[in-house]
Amino acid sequence: MPGPGVAAYLILSVILFATGAFGVLIRRSPLIVLLALEIMLNAGNLALIAFARQTGTGSGQIFALTVMVVAAAEAVVGLGLIVAVSRRRVDLDVDKLTTLHG
Amino acid sequence: MEEFIVWVVWILAALSLLTSGIAVVLFQNPFYSALALIGNLASLAVLYLLLAAEFVAAAQVLVYAGAVVVMFLFVIAYLGGRADAPWAGKPSLQSLAAVVAAAAIAVEIVVVVALKAGDQLSTPARIEDGFGSPAEIGHLFLGDHLLAFEVTSIVLLVAAVGGVILGSAVPKEKRS
Repeated sequence: MPGPGVAAYLILSVILFATGAFGVLIRRSPLIVLLALEIMLNAGNLALIAFARQTGTGSGQIFALTVMVVAAAEAVVGLGLIVAVSRRRVDLDVDKLTTLHG
Repeated sequence: MEEFIVWVVWILAALSLLTSGIAVVLFQNPFYSALALIGNLASLAVLYLLLAAEFVAAAQVLVYAGAVVVMFLFVIAYLGGRADAPWAGKPSLQSLAAVVAAAAIAVEIVVVVALKAGDQLSTPARIEDGFGSPAEIGHLFLGDHLLAFEVTSIVLLVAAVGGVILGSAVPKEKRS
């Protein structure tokens, strides 16, 4: 394997995950919270693929593809919720969205 | 020579990965954040290629940068580019706590991985030529991981139906 070892990829993945977690915690706009969530999922994917390369088995890549599908489904449901909330003329601010009442 | 080129590509991809990741979190306008996410996903695809995951890299560009981000852009265009700027003004207790929590998560992951697998990370396994190719992924998906493949289709169906229901429901007070 030319280039940096698997540990370098794992460190990248950890920094990326922490960036995403920071974004989820600090931002108030649900749209950007969802974008930061995507970053966290992708950091997990990078770790999975790095470990797949390390062990030489393809199952890690299958897992990463499954995570990708779940991320797409999560984005659909999350964006649908955001659109439904904005239809009710509620401020798009996760600090103000404190009640769920149909 | 190959070693040198791979290092250069890796460093460029890593720098663009981290800067675009930070840009997604810090841009005030969600539209710019979504555009920065495209750069993030593209540099991840480069790293996947370096890790011999060709099919996953292609799926990353097609599914993520192609489909998911476009959906984000549509919703952001529909809702308008309003957003917050949490770092404007003096730093609050909440932003300080967010920094501490994110740093704690990073340290925890590093410590756990180093303790559990630190000595096994030095020598990666030998791989054959077809590793990560669409043919091998297909064999694994329809062989060992058939259940995951089938469950995935149900998850996508449920998400699609849920998206339609959430998107088409009109609040009661507006119905007439």
